[in-house]
Amino acid sequence: MSHLVIAPILLPLLAGILLLLLRSLDIRWRRALGLAAMLAQVAVAITLLQTVLDGPLLVYALGNWQAPYGIVLVADPLAAWMVLITALLGLFALLYALRGADQAGRHFHVLFQLQLFGLQGAFLTGDLFNLFVFFEILLLASYGLLLHGSGPQRSRAGLHFVVINLAGSTLFLFAVGTLYGTFGTLNMADLAVHIGQASPQQLGLARLAGLLLFGVFALKAALVPLHLWLPAAYSAATAPVAALFVIMTKVGAYGILRLDVLLFGAGEASDLLDAWLLPLALLTLALGTLGVMASTGLRRQVAWLVVISVGTLLTAFALGGVNGIAAGLYYLPHTTFAGAAFFLLADSLSVRRGEHDDHFVPHAALADRRLLGGLFFLVAILVAGLPPLSGFIGKFLILRAALGSGAIAWVLAVVLAGGLLTIIALARSGSVIFYRSHPAEHATPTLQLWPELVPASGLLLLCLGLMIAAGPVDAVTRFIAGQLMQPEIYIQAVLGGAGS
Amino acid sequence: MEALLSLLIGVITACGVYLMLRGRTFPVVLGLTLLSYAVNVFLFAMGRLTIGQPPVIDAATSQYADPLPQALVLTAIVISFGMTAFVIVLALKARAELGNDHVDGEGE
Repeated sequence: MSHLVIAPILLPLLAGILLLLLRSLDIRWRRALGLAAMLAQVAVAITLLQTVLDGPLLVYALGNWQAPYGIVLVADPLAAWMVLITALLGLFALLYALRGADQAGRHFHVLFQLQLFGLQGAFLTGDLFNLFVFFEILLLASYGLLLHGSGPQRSRAGLHFVVINLAGSTLFLFAVGTLYGTFGTLNMADLAVHIGQASPQQLGLARLAGLLLFGVFALKAALVPLHLWLPAAYSAATAPVAALFVIMTKVGAYGILRLDVLLFGAGEASDLLDAWLLPLALLTLALGTLGVMASTGLRRQVAWLVVISVGTLLTAFALGGVNGIAAGLYYLPHTTFAGAAFFLLADSLSVRRGEHDDHFVPHAALADRRLLGGLFFLVAILVAGLPPLSGFIGKFLILRAALGSGAIAWVLAVVLAGGLLTIIALARSGSVIFYRSHPAEHATPTLQLWPELVPASGLLLLCLGLMIAAGPVDAVTRFIAGQLMQPEIYIQAVLGGAGS
Repeated sequence: MEALLSLLIGVITACGVYLMLRGRTFPVVLGLTLLSYAVNVFLFAMGRLTIGQPPVIDAATSQYADPLPQALVLTAIVISFGMTAFVIVLALKARAELGNDHVDGEGE
């Protein structure tokens, strides 16, 4: 049994515990430790992805209790892909935090590692109750991170965020209980088999539990109408935390994908989400665009862009098939990195604008306006999906996947109109911030600009990599999607000859 | 017994939802607590209701209580306990920082 599967979970857990024990150590050592743990996680994630792309998917039976009786961790290509994206995002968010944001409150590094622990666990687990537990871990860490830095704004946003997520956890437990009561198992592969062969009496309960689960994942993903918590929470968080939170909505999208193609992948209930997912995803996209247009501050605008990205991503997943899912999996890292880079950039801008913060009001010309403006321009193009950057390729793949579908007109209209309105909104914010400025009376001192821009530039370089290597990356996402469309591979690996 | 228990879970859930929709933080916390009680009893009942049966292997009996929901409930109780403690502290912090106990931080 290869221990590689559990390494992405154990590394942040051990690093988090170690950081907690060493909390009285000088901040430089704690930063070094956090950074080392993060680099190790990236290395492990790359190894894991390579292993599962080259060979069969890996199953790790905890305590060597075989599925379906024990809890298993499953590293299939999708899980490994998500683990790698999370690790890379975590690395750059941490790099930004090292510049001082980690000092704004206590235990930043501990919470950061535990948040990664919860995220990686949620991607790798093959057991539904275990997924609930990892969700709670990542949420509890995220509550602490959201409140990092304190202030009334954060307390208010934090209270809403915590209460709505606690309600979501309760729904999750109801769904888990219903599934266990109906089928007597919580192993995801075993559940998929049982749901596929459900008797007519069981079918109703299975659908009920499935839709409850969909509601929970939709809440995490901020799908309309459960999206209202997101802009307030994300715009109130400290920049590196907001950047890391971009992946949290993707955990919800990941859950929906697993629910759709694995748990309800076959049998009579396989049409569970067909009627819901595409309309809701398009509605999310449309409302997100309105939010972007209506925002009066940059951070809130970026938070609404995260809602748009969820809508686009779930549109791709809803289109389904190898094409749709592969397009979504290409779009996912792009939108995660670009959104995170935007949050970091928005922070760099707002600290330079003094009392005007990130509000769209004219301010004295910034000393570093050329460099910051250039980066803003790049990120805006990336997010809006203009050629030639990776956002364009992602949207192109999604639209191509929509070609065969019956809803092509709706998808085309909403995605393209949304893209256009996003460009207009971002052009307006950019021109207010950079052009409509009155000349500076005294040159603003440059706060060591370059080290500050390294994390955002790194994320942009990753997007550039996605653009240049679009062919190979597309091949990888197609392979992942191809495996997802054959759930029997997953089920066979978990239930037959597990732990080998 | 099943009907009574399901009625009980339903009533507690309804009370929890009602309290959670109130405007002040204290009823909201109570509502969340009630909801977590309801879901714990619900999970417990999912192993079917049995009385006086052992959950572990015993040579003298052929009837067993399902041990898994008991383990699940234990986990869920611990988590919801921690979460309740956290949300109470957060509510107190919000009360101190925002000057009132309204969930939006704005008094009437």
